[in-house]
Amino acid sequence: MDDSEKSIPEDAIYVRGLCKNYGAYKAVSDVSFTVKRGEIVGFLGPNGAGKSTTMRILAGLQPANSGVARICGISVSRDAFRTKSHLGYMPENNPLPEELRVIEYLRWRARLKDVPEKELRARVESVMAACDLARSARRKLIGSLSKGFRQRVGIADALLSEPDVVILDEPTIGLDPHQILGIRSLIRSLRGKKAVLISSHILPEIENVCDRVIIINQGHIVASGTPEDLRREFVRTRRFELVADTTAEQVKAVLSADSVEALPAAEAGSRFTVQIAVENAGEDFLAKLHAAGIRVFEFHECVPCLEDIFIAATRRTYDIVDSISNKS
Amino acid sequence: MRHFLTLFRHELRLLFITPSTYVAGTLFLCLMGGIYWFALQQAALQKGLEMLPVESYFYLFWVPLFILVPLITMRSFAEERRAGTLGALMTTPTSPFAIVMGKFAAAYSLYIVLWALALLFPVIAWWMLKDFCPDPRLLALSSLKGGALFVAISGLLYIAVGILASSLTRSMLVAGLLTSCALFILIVAGGLLQMLPLDVYESFAWLQAPAEYLRTFKHLENFYGGLIDSRPFFLFVSGAALALGLTVINVESKA
Repeated sequence: MDDSEKSIPEDAIYVRGLCKNYGAYKAVSDVSFTVKRGEIVGFLGPNGAGKSTTMRILAGLQPANSGVARICGISVSRDAFRTKSHLGYMPENNPLPEELRVIEYLRWRARLKDVPEKELRARVESVMAACDLARSARRKLIGSLSKGFRQRVGIADALLSEPDVVILDEPTIGLDPHQILGIRSLIRSLRGKKAVLISSHILPEIENVCDRVIIINQGHIVASGTPEDLRREFVRTRRFELVADTTAEQVKAVLSADSVEALPAAEAGSRFTVQIAVENAGEDFLAKLHAAGIRVFEFHECVPCLEDIFIAATRRTYDIVDSISNKS
Repeated sequence: MRHFLTLFRHELRLLFITPSTYVAGTLFLCLMGGIYWFALQQAALQKGLEMLPVESYFYLFWVPLFILVPLITMRSFAEERRAGTLGALMTTPTSPFAIVMGKFAAAYSLYIVLWALALLFPVIAWWMLKDFCPDPRLLALSSLKGGALFVAISGLLYIAVGILASSLTRSMLVAGLLTSCALFILIVAGGLLQMLPLDVYESFAWLQAPAEYLRTFKHLENFYGGLIDSRPFFLFVSGAALALGLTVINVESKA
């Protein structure tokens, strides 16, 4: 290993103008992003958005039509062989050989990933311990493992060579809540050490674990930033929930001067969701309601979750795409 | 090629824990045992011996080949592609060439081991019958060595073709059928071409020399007759190299 390989650039994953077409269909179109050393980035998008294609291109499994993809400063298209030694990748659906035992599989993968023979046993033991495989699953046939344990084997494999970059495609899919907590803390433990790119459909999962989020839809990146940045960009209204001894019409009437939209909640008679434009303060609600003689029992602001951001961001892409297709 | 040994050992291990290997081995050895028994019977019944039992034995080498080679090779890439494990393998710093060679070497080793076991039949028959029938033709060592060499050399091409067929599809069944068809063409094509009246049509006359060169049975006869030249070596080794090269390209593009 030469010096250039030892010194990893700040942008462990660097993607610029990446495009991938399947015939006329553009799976990935002009995608650009970076993941810094030690950063955990969530890669979100609906089915068919281009997440897995981008990840496969980064893993060197398929070529891009144009654009630049670098892992630790090394071009994936020019030297995929070298980039693979810096990369731990867990593909979608996590395919594993059914007929091998967990420990046999991990030792074989460690050899393929150039883990030195002297360290091999210790390294395998350490990833098995980290992924909670050491006690119950070490000598089990992979084919007989539950979905959760199979996912852990995939993650253990991705971490085996202590790579600088870890790419996990849907790592928590099919796991029970206990297992999700385990995987979550495992991924958190990589913060500050490795560049991690995770794709997931479970949005709270990403929000809990990731420093930054990239949202991709129809092959385009539609949003990128911390959950806070994205909230500011995509959620233009503030939502409050209140419980009061009144009707929805009365709440609407009292707060109408502020162009507030009051929405009755599903079942409860006295529970309301109040939505206002983000520039309005909304803090004087209580005073207005009090002045109108409405007794308020509960009042709190609903902080928009990543799901709201995700829906807003992906809807914006659909609108853009629709307007382009209408013009054409 | 730095991971060749790791992959070779892994593939060999997989072959030995796969039921289809034992099915292939059992069927092959039963068939070869039956063929040698049949060859001995024919030799015993004939007055003037036209073919030595060992020669008759090798002359039918292609019969079990249609079962053995597909069963050994069909799993190699088809199953990996179906399960998606080939993609996972390609994410390691391993070259497609090393992957293909690892699978090829493992399948070829198994092929050689099974043939080595099958070649014990003439030796066992000679050892059991040597007191009752002290005929030196019962174990013609030169024919046995020549036939074994032919099997080893031709096996390179046949196994490589099986590996190529396996890389073309996700279905083991389709891979097996493709291999059987390809082997049939490879073994029979030269002979069939020679049966055509090529000398009648001037424009096809040039095909006579290639047809002669492709005649597998002609090469086999030369080998067990003690005539070993470089042409069959070139034919089988270059054919195997071509098939393996195509497999590498295929694996690289379809992982």
